[in-house]
Amino acid sequence: MYLCTKFQKRNKLRYLTVMVISNKPLRFIIATLVVCLPLISFANSVQDTAKVKTEAALEVAGEAHSEPTDVKSKIKEFINHHLLDAHDFTFSANEETGEHYGFSLPIIIWDGGLQVFSSSKFNHGEAVAESNGNYYVLHHEKIYKTDAKGTLTEEHGHPTNATPLDFSITKSVVGILAMALLMLVLFTGLAKSYAKNNTIATGAGRFFEPLVLYVRDEIAIPNIGEKNYKKYMSYLLTIFFFIFFLNILGLTPLGFNVTGNITITLSLALLTYLITTFTANKNYWSHMLWMPGVPVILRPVLAVIELLGTIIKPFSLMIRLYANMMAGHVVLMSIIGLMFIFKSWIGSSLSFVLAFSLSILEILVAFLQAYIFTMLTSLYFGAGNEEHHHEEAHH
Amino acid sequence: MQIPEIVGAGLIVIGAGLGIGKIGGSAMDAIARQPEASGKIQTAMIIAAALIEGIGFAALFAK
Repeated sequence: MYLCTKFQKRNKLRYLTVMVISNKPLRFIIATLVVCLPLISFANSVQDTAKVKTEAALEVAGEAHSEPTDVKSKIKEFINHHLLDAHDFTFSANEETGEHYGFSLPIIIWDGGLQVFSSSKFNHGEAVAESNGNYYVLHHEKIYKTDAKGTLTEEHGHPTNATPLDFSITKSVVGILAMALLMLVLFTGLAKSYAKNNTIATGAGRFFEPLVLYVRDEIAIPNIGEKNYKKYMSYLLTIFFFIFFLNILGLTPLGFNVTGNITITLSLALLTYLITTFTANKNYWSHMLWMPGVPVILRPVLAVIELLGTIIKPFSLMIRLYANMMAGHVVLMSIIGLMFIFKSWIGSSLSFVLAFSLSILEILVAFLQAYIFTMLTSLYFGAGNEEHHHEEAHH
Repeated sequence: MQIPEIVGAGLIVIGAGLGIGKIGGSAMDAIARQPEASGKIQTAMIIAAALIEGIGFAALFAK
């Protein structure tokens, strides 16, 4: 009897191991494909720009701004273009034929009145767009008001034309909206599934439950405290998943660079600053403006330093996320660009290996930056909610 | 970019690298001494490293 159960157990174990092994290659292949996706996209686009080099002689000279022709400056220009926001959604472009594969986005500008038109009117920055008798031109992804011919008056290399207020749905805005929609659908769906399945995680919940619990148990509670953490949880979770998803989106072949854009990180940091300022308690402000327990002469000096500190904190949040994501994109694309500079199998394989390992590192960075932003945000919230312990502090 | 600025940027990167290296090394020592506190040590290490990194980036971009 004993032997029999033992045998059964062993058999079951073997069956399990076989199942695991047969699953592994499939998962490995899928994982490899996912990891390789960014390489494919970046490589393709750079290739397109590099190809132009051979055809450069055929290109028409004497354009408004002279196009660089050698590979190095082509790659540089491509990277710079990638870092900027775009008014149309281009997956890839063939510069030989001038064809762009993608779709146009709506342009919404305020110039004495609301002007709405499609970005296809700009023809990727090559044409003058006309709307209600006004003429606009796209120069380095900035919209300028011009005359019918599209002349730009330049001074020190920067156009001096009037710039209308730009509320366009740009590429970054598309990314943000898509991620917001995804988060809305995903997390309301998860909340419903928890209500239905008696608080047991199913499906995607198995992946997201540990992350949500991690934010609550490792980030919010230790830094803000048991008493006050609940009112900040919604913001902390939102910001964590927003940054995490957008960072990951930046690694996909779609070529988004949302969190590597300083305006986005500025608004995120501004939100943190506003919430810290408006939810801070009396104790925080008294320590900020009139520090107890130090000589009276020093108190105004400390107040100035503390007030500066409140601005420097969100500023460093902004710079950290922006610089990390931007630097990641620049380094990754430069390494892929090496392929087109060396033009030999050594350079190509070197660049492939480097880019591959760097992409994996970038996934870690994507998580780490979301974690650090949330962590520091909750630290600042915690500082704004600290309880008064007079007796311990000043004796 | 002028040469002094390049040298300055290099110095900043060296400084930031040394700082983060020291934090990492100390955290390793601490975890080796008290493996049960590794979670707390890691959190503190990441925060300190992030702060130094932020300064490094800010200085690099201020060129």
